[in-house]
Amino acid sequence: MSDGFRIKGGRIDRAKPISFSFDGTVYRGYEGDTLASALLANGVHLMGRSFKYHRPRGVLAAGAEEPNALVTVTRGGGRSTPNLRATQVELYEGLQAESQNRFSSLGFDIGEINDLAGPLLGAGFYYKTFMQPKGAWAKLYEPLIRRAAGLGEAPRHPDPDHYANRFAHCDVLVAGGGPAGLAAALAAAQSGARVILADEQNEFGGSLLAETTATIDDQPAQDWVRATIAALNAMPHVTLLPRTTVFGYFQQNFLGLVERVTDHQAAPPSAVARERLWQVRAKEVVLATGAIERPLVFAGNDRPGVMLASAARIFCNRYGVLVGRRVILFTADDSAYAAALDLFRAGATIMAIADLRTNPTGPGVDAARAAKLPVMPGTVIIAAHGRLRADGVTLGAIGEDGAVRAAGDLPCDALLMAGGFTPTVHLFSQSRGKLTYDEARQMFIPGTSVQRERSAGGAKGTFALAAILAEGHAAGRDAAQKAGFTSEAHVAPQAKGDIPVAGGFVGAVPQPKGGVKGKAFVDFQNDVKATDIIAATQEGFRSIEHVKRYTTTGMATDQGKTSNMNALAIAADALDRPLPQVGLTTFRMPYTPVTFGSIAGHARGDLFDPVRQTPIHGWADEQGAAFENVGLWKRAWYFAKPGETMHEAVVRECMTVRRAAGLFDASTLGKIEVVGPDAAEFLNRLYTNPFSKLEVGRCRYGLMLNEAGFVMDDGVIGRLATDRFHVTMTTGGAPRVLAHMEDYLQTEFTDLKVWLTSTTEQWAVIAVQGPRARAIIAPLVEGIDLSAEAMPHMSVKTGTICGVETRLFRVSFTGELGFEINVPSDYGRAVWDAVWAEARKHDVCAYGTEAMHVLRAEKGYIIVGQDTDGTVTPADLGMEWAIGKSKPDFVGKRSLSRSDLVKPNRPQLVGLRTADPGFVPDMGAQIVPVANPAPGSSAQGFVSSSYDSAVLGRSIVMGLVAGGRARMAETVFITRLDGAAAPATIVEPIFYDPDGERLHG
Amino acid sequence: MLLIECPYCGPRPELEFRYGGEAHVARAADPATVDDEHWTAFLFWRGNPKGLHFERWRHASGCGRFFNCARDTVSDVIVKTYKAGEPKPDAARLMTGTTP
Ligand SMILES: [Zn+2]
Repeated sequence: MSDGFRIKGGRIDRAKPISFSFDGTVYRGYEGDTLASALLANGVHLMGRSFKYHRPRGVLAAGAEEPNALVTVTRGGGRSTPNLRATQVELYEGLQAESQNRFSSLGFDIGEINDLAGPLLGAGFYYKTFMQPKGAWAKLYEPLIRRAAGLGEAPRHPDPDHYANRFAHCDVLVAGGGPAGLAAALAAAQSGARVILADEQNEFGGSLLAETTATIDDQPAQDWVRATIAALNAMPHVTLLPRTTVFGYFQQNFLGLVERVTDHQAAPPSAVARERLWQVRAKEVVLATGAIERPLVFAGNDRPGVMLASAARIFCNRYGVLVGRRVILFTADDSAYAAALDLFRAGATIMAIADLRTNPTGPGVDAARAAKLPVMPGTVIIAAHGRLRADGVTLGAIGEDGAVRAAGDLPCDALLMAGGFTPTVHLFSQSRGKLTYDEARQMFIPGTSVQRERSAGGAKGTFALAAILAEGHAAGRDAAQKAGFTSEAHVAPQAKGDIPVAGGFVGAVPQPKGGVKGKAFVDFQNDVKATDIIAATQEGFRSIEHVKRYTTTGMATDQGKTSNMNALAIAADALDRPLPQVGLTTFRMPYTPVTFGSIAGHARGDLFDPVRQTPIHGWADEQGAAFENVGLWKRAWYFAKPGETMHEAVVRECMTVRRAAGLFDASTLGKIEVVGPDAAEFLNRLYTNPFSKLEVGRCRYGLMLNEAGFVMDDGVIGRLATDRFHVTMTTGGAPRVLAHMEDYLQTEFTDLKVWLTSTTEQWAVIAVQGPRARAIIAPLVEGIDLSAEAMPHMSVKTGTICGVETRLFRVSFTGELGFEINVPSDYGRAVWDAVWAEARKHDVCAYGTEAMHVLRAEKGYIIVGQDTDGTVTPADLGMEWAIGKSKPDFVGKRSLSRSDLVKPNRPQLVGLRTADPGFVPDMGAQIVPVANPAPGSSAQGFVSSSYDSAVLGRSIVMGLVAGGRARMAETVFITRLDGAAAPATIVEPIFYDPDGERLHG
Repeated sequence: MLLIECPYCGPRPELEFRYGGEAHVARAADPATVDDEHWTAFLFWRGNPKGLHFERWRHASGCGRFFNCARDTVSDVIVKTYKAGEPKPDAARLMTGTTP
């Protein structure tokens, strides 16, 4: 296809032609084009189908505000990005883009039937149409609507690209690199401030990139842009970020920027991040975010070929593309005349300039009249015609009485709308600044600042180039000064010769009496019409926040950049209230959509979370262990031999421990070293148990409560010296326990001299459990008497093992004779290997966490967080024995006597002996009083631990049951998913070796 | 992300801190002498003011110290931070200058 609408001039590089495809058709463009400009150069206006009605849509704008021309760009390797604005997609060789939301092809779309069924799809259609019959929503309507009304498709494959993340600080951040932003950045940088200048486009310059008549400091505007960028580039304290959108303004001048690093490249190097998220803390901010032109609201204003006048001017001057040959303009603003003049000079025929104003004046109007362009004051467009492309309009004359009368038809192939400009106050509003309504100019502009920022230029409603530059310069100087830099006496750039924005219109344009056939759109992306907004007000909605949600105006991916002011004005008119009283919806980040990739950054896959591995992890891996996640830890779960199921492996591991012995990697155990003259007293106050009289070399079980009296952790505490304790806690519990200890030490028990150190990762822990445990370690240990007399259960000794210093604990979490060998982590693997070599002489095995769970449950040892749920007291667990009765106080003590915590019917830990020994209930199963409880009746408790015990040849179950400790021998029922609840008898929660004879061997 | 002034380390990003609940909720020196009603209030009753809130933060990924903070719950502006144990500042005086 030929690019017949390409004209001379513009900033594209004609030496670098590019071929690309849109919906499978190959076209030609040039470097410097966007997808939109290149398609327009080829005469393609139809770029999308609308959200609800599937109406043909063309490009409306030339920048970030584009609501219609949304495309999906695909690259190899599963790369697919939906909902990109064609006006922002930079062309590269081989670019593949597809239109969206069409049922067959863009030109023929069976969904267009929705356009005829329009009355069903009006305001609130989701709420009204699809409510009956019950159940049909999920099965019928929702899938249908999701298919018929939608935008692009989410990618189906994992994103193969990578994304970077950077934190930065600066003195002055300038958001927007148009005339105001450039002047501000230059002034601030000349003062010596560290400046970051970010602009969403590929080139800095903003509106100046399409400027033809203005001069700045007596040179053409675009030459001034080039010189200014060169000057900024030469300053080492300035960071220029093109293709970077400032998308969010957060507390304390913290801003989010996303830099698109490689999306414009035909063959991005794989080592380079696709996008980079910048999180910038700026001392001062200049918001130079410009302004966005408003469409005018009339029937058929969404036809392909109907677009904003400023966009047509940008396509003409910046990209060298004529959007049409026979052009009609519809305006309420002087700046449209600049577009008309530029298109006229580029060869277009200006069929009419319909100006809403009865007596338009200004330099643009004068120049148009001098060029003999057909200026028609007091004229509206009643309707635009054409289906896949606008082909004509019906004009209307506004009489002296204000009534509109049809004034004939005119043909055209492009219709340009100029409804005035809306300042882009998104970032200002996100900063929590208060907007002010400028009654005369019908626009919201920045009012009271809350953070350290100031706006300049179009973002502030300033439109004359000389004033924009002066304001930008002043803003840059002010920001630098407030950041502590004394400005040198640079002067603001001087400009003349532009045709500035002046005038504008909000709301629906005047119509003939009796209305007009056809849809007049307010929100193009969500297909919201003027009549929808009026209907919402008639149905009782008063606040714009409610009107917005009911009609969905402003709720599409463009967040109503081109539509919010018109929607507000129409609502205000229908409600007959002043516009500011109807309100303005909140501006939320992001300004334009941000990819999930840039927010996730490196935090995906293996880097999503840190993975903690023990020093013995490699050994378990070599042995083919299955691992389970416990917090961030990877723990060996079970060691299946070839052909073994998990259950078979666990049975073998448990039986081996009970028969001979087993080795277990307990390195993940949380550890805190508690040191100081008041260490014992500190532990007295933090644990329920007494520690003052614990002898050096002995251990004691410790139960930790929170202040409300509920169990929060437990572990074994060994006394190494009068002033030094080795405290252990649950895997994963150490950070919580340390914070709890620090809290009390720093803020409540400030009289105690204690030092706390996290030592979880300093010690590797090798548990050797079973009747053969002593025989296994004896040959390796030096300096410690291992005899039962010298080293009884619950003792700790220091010495060496394999020549390595060790804290050797005699403790048991299995009910067997057991030792836990603590060695410095660096020696963990070597000592494990030595112990393993010794252990193999005794026909033992390594066991994993699953066997550990079974072994401890056989003994009725609880696991905090499994058998407790944060509402369980020591008494509920039957662990009153752990409470030091003579202690005057400990954390949680006072709460234990609160009336609520001494009620007899509290859930209490009991054992449950199932009538069927083969029945292993699901953990979490409900405990009920009868086999078939009435629906809706309450359970009496739930199963917390449940295993198949090989050594006992039956299931073992623990659970929390209301008043359970007084209900021994009672029968209850345990629910099951595969049938009626099954009976079980309440018993003491200990199943194996209740007298503990094996423990003390 | 807030920038929080640790009284020991200086300004640091919010990422380094953990919230610690309402400040100046003193634990009785002898809890045994406190009746159920007052003990329950100590455990569970917390203010939820619109405006200045005195609260505890811990510089968890820094010096590890707990400290106190006066924050305006409307604007989310941290008006003042101070060391644990220092007296509660006068709220009326702080609120006169909450604009950052
Ligand atoms: Zn600190």
